[in-house]
Parts: sequence; C-alpha cells; structure tokens
Amino acid sequence: MTVQGKSVVSVLGVNKVFESAGGRTTALEGIDLAIGPGEFVSLIGPSGCGKSTLLRVIGDLTSPTSGTVTVNGKTARQARQDRDYGIVFQAPVLFDWRSVQANVALPLEVKGVSGADRQRRVQAMLELVELKDFARHYPYQLSGGMQQRVSIARALALEPSILLMDEPFGALDEMTRERMNAEVQRIWQQTGTTVVFVTHSIPEAVFLSSKVVVMSPRPGRIVRVIDVDLPRPRNDDTRETARYFELITEVRETLRGRWSGEGAAKASGAATSVASMERTQAEGAVG
Amino acid sequence: MSLATLEPGFVSAPKASPVTRVVRQVRDQAPAIVVFVAVIGLWEAVVSALNLQQFVLPRPSEIATAFVAELPVLQKAAGATLYEALGGLVIGVSAGVLTAFAVSRWGRVRDIVLPIAVGASAIPIIAAAPIMSNWFGILNPFAKMAIVILLTFFPMLVNVARGLSQVDESAVELMRASAASEGQILRKVRIPNALPYFFTALKICTTLSLIGAVIAEYFGGANDVLGRVIVQSSSRLRFDITWAAIVVVAATGIVLYLAVVVVERVVIPWHASQRAGGS
Repeated sequence: MTVQGKSVVSVLGVNKVFESAGGRTTALEGIDLAIGPGEFVSLIGPSGCGKSTLLRVIGDLTSPTSGTVTVNGKTARQARQDRDYGIVFQAPVLFDWRSVQANVALPLEVKGVSGADRQRRVQAMLELVELKDFARHYPYQLSGGMQQRVSIARALALEPSILLMDEPFGALDEMTRERMNAEVQRIWQQTGTTVVFVTHSIPEAVFLSSKVVVMSPRPGRIVRVIDVDLPRPRNDDTRETARYFELITEVRETLRGRWSGEGAAKASGAATSVASMERTQAEGAVG
Repeated sequence: MSLATLEPGFVSAPKASPVTRVVRQVRDQAPAIVVFVAVIGLWEAVVSALNLQQFVLPRPSEIATAFVAELPVLQKAAGATLYEALGGLVIGVSAGVLTAFAVSRWGRVRDIVLPIAVGASAIPIIAAAPIMSNWFGILNPFAKMAIVILLTFFPMLVNVARGLSQVDESAVELMRASAASEGQILRKVRIPNALPYFFTALKICTTLSLIGAVIAEYFGGANDVLGRVIVQSSSRLRFDITWAAIVVVAATGIVLYLAVVVVERVVIPWHASQRAGGS
C-alpha cells in the first residue's frame, strides 16, 4: 500500500493501547492506511474492532501509542490546529441554546470569520443540507434526521479537507438512514471532501464508499480493504443490482471469515450483522 | 421534494398572542387561587366558631387590620431586611460563582476549596449569628449579610461548578476539532451549559437569603427590621402583628423568586425547563 504521493491521510504502523485498572487493551495493532483526495472510505467491523478509535486517532482526538498519522503532509495535531477536519458524531451534539443557523456558525465564530462572510457561508451550508427554511428554529424543534443534517452542515462550515463521521446515522431508523445516505453521497460529490466514515452497517458502507476497510477485533486490525466499483451517482436502483449484492456478500464474508470458529460471542455478533443485512435486502426487494 | 417536508417529528414553535397567554396563565393558576381563598375563609370561620383567642390564632381579618395599622413600621422593616438579604445574596452569589469558575478550572483549587466550603456550609447559622454581630457590630447590617453569604455561597458554588464541568464530552471535542481555545470553549460551551444550574441555585438562594436575614435579626440589632418586629410583637402577645410580619416576609420571598423566574425565562428560553409543560 502506498502512503506517499497524493494521500490526504496516511496512517503508518499505528498501535493504540488503553491502560486501565482491568489491564491493557490493544485497540489498534499495526494499522497502515492511505486515503486519497476525494475518497469516501468506510471503516467497518464489529464492536471493539477499533474503528472509532482509528477515526479519533486520524482526527487527533486521541494520540496513537506508536506509529504516525500524516494529514495533508502535516501531523494530525497540526492538521487539527489548521482546521482541516470536520466531525460528525452519532449524536448530533447540537447546542440547545443556539438556533440552527447559530449552530452552523459556531466553527466560523471560533475561527473569527465575521459579518457578511459568516452569514453567506451559513446560508450556503443550510442550502446544501436543505434546511434553509429552518435557520431560526432550535434543535429541539427538529427531528433526529434534521438534527444530524444540521450537524453535517456545521462540520462542513469551514470547508474542511477531511470529514470524519463516527456512525452518524446509527441512531436513525432504516428508512431515514437510507435517505441520509443518499444525502451524504450528494453532499460528498458537491463538496469533493475526503470522507472517513465509521459504520457497523454493511449496506451503508457499500452504498456510500469508494473503499471499505474491514476490521476485526481484539486486537483491532485491518483485515482487508475492498474497492467498491459501483457507478455514481448511486441511488435506490443501485441497491437492487447484482454487483451491489456481490459486494455486500464480499464484505460480509470477509467479516465472517475472520471470525469462524473463534468463540460463541463473536459468532453471535456475526449472526446479528448478517441478520440486519438480510432484513435490509428484504426491504430493498419489497420496495 | 425537499427532505424536510418528508420527515416527521417536526414541531412548529408555539406562537400564542399575549392575550391568550395571560388567559391561559390565569386559567392554569385558578385552582391554586380558589384553594388559597378557601383556606383563608375556612380559617376565619373556624377561629370565629371555636372562639379562639387572638394570641392562639388571630383571624385573617385581624391580621389584615394589623397589617394596615402597622404598615409604616412593616414597610420600613421590610426595606431594611430586604437590604440585608439582597446585599448578602449579591455577595454570596458572586463569591459562589467566582469560586465555581476557579474550582472547575483548576483541580488543585477544587481539592483545597471544596472541603472548606463543605465545612462552612455545615455551620449552623444560629450559632454563627452572634459571632457575626460580635465581629461586625450588632447594628451593622453587614453582620446580617454575613449570615446570608454563609447560606447562599455553597449552593451557588456547587451548582455552578457542576454546570461548568459536566459538559457533553463530544461538544468539547467538536470545539477542539475547530481548534477552539480553552477560553472559547468556556464562553461557548461551559458557561451556557452552566446557566440552567445557576438559575436553579439562584432560586434556592433568594429564598435562603430572606430566611437567613430574618434569623440573623433574631439575635439583636436595629429594631426596624422584620425579625425584630416578629420577636417584639410576639413577646407582647400581639400575634396579629407577628402574622402580618410573617406575611410580609413570605410575600417578599415570593416576589424575589418570581423575579428570578422571569429573568430565567428571558435568559434561557431554550432550556427544557422553560418549554411547554415546564415550570
């Protein structure tokens, strides 16, 4: 895997060990990953595989125990200080005391962008996520999906070169999630931002990504990187193509292959994610 | 079609005219008013029927008469007591808030200050009152304010410190991702987060400030204060005046409390406690 050249993010030999009263947990072991400009990369794997930790290491929200992370040719710390990141968590983390537009304006305020520039940027972001009519509403007046769109608008306000999304739609129902996936694809294509996307949903990873990074737990490792060659823009029809199912199967087999014969707990984890995938397929077939 | 129109769960902001809001408030308060009037009526009737003496339980009408007759005295006393209570409240609340900032910013300060504050809050104010009079002079209103400070400092400190430090970790990380300074995180996350805690404490403290001032007055000092009016009228068995003074204390407390509620509604309209169904 090449990590030089045009990589926006390059992760080299990263290990992350958590020390606690209960002992040492190796969250990440020997992680190498290169992400090119404009790529949409999903990190997928069962709980405890370190996918969120890897995202946080890339975003300098936590430091690796060893190894290096280079972002836009800088250290992750420098990249964060240069405001190269936008972040979206599973919870929208909107500030209750701020209206929708004031929430989106927050990173701009922090950077010191003022007056008309700030106003214009906020308007553009709200248009991007189709919430222009809700600029003056407060977070509690919005549905979960709308709140998450505000959170995406906020993350993109400073035009970051990298958007980090940590299970952003994990709390949404399946229907809303599929709509949000189409939304994110559109926003990604419009902005050209590089996206690192943590998920535990196989269909979501395949639908959105240009690359799916499959991880395994204890210790957290990258098993395989699967290129997704589905044509863009992907839509509801894409979800019914043979290639889509093939790729889903490929990701699933990679996840399962790793676990076979490795204990009941892990096997049941595999069963759950397969079941949820089959449910999604069934819905796709009905729709 | 825009996605917004597709998504359920959108609630439009309640927009009622001022008139309907007043009507609604009166309607909401009506049961309480009815019960209050009924209790006063029952009180009057029972005292008359049982022919109770004035020094056991004066009738509401007697209290009202005493109130009118003693109005100049009560007014002056209420002003003096309010001065002590508010003076102590302002100092106690300010000190509590400032200490809370220091405590939430530096762990060292917390480890030193909190045990002392807990200890100070455990001092019975009845025990402290004569000492304060001794220190500051029995006629000095600050002797009373000191008691109020002692009472209000701790609840304010504990609540605001909690509001400043119990912040959603993700919110802080979001700010860090935007390369926000600690000062920006304080202004844009911690302080707004602490405001509801501050108002909760302020409501407790306004009530405590009057109680503290009146109790402190029991231990001597200038005579034209509500605590002295209560002590002296009851020693002369003029319980109608005592009750009238108690009513003044209670009414003053309610007015202070409501003032805080109004300010709270203006400052933190976004908080869950201020929305429909909240109190």
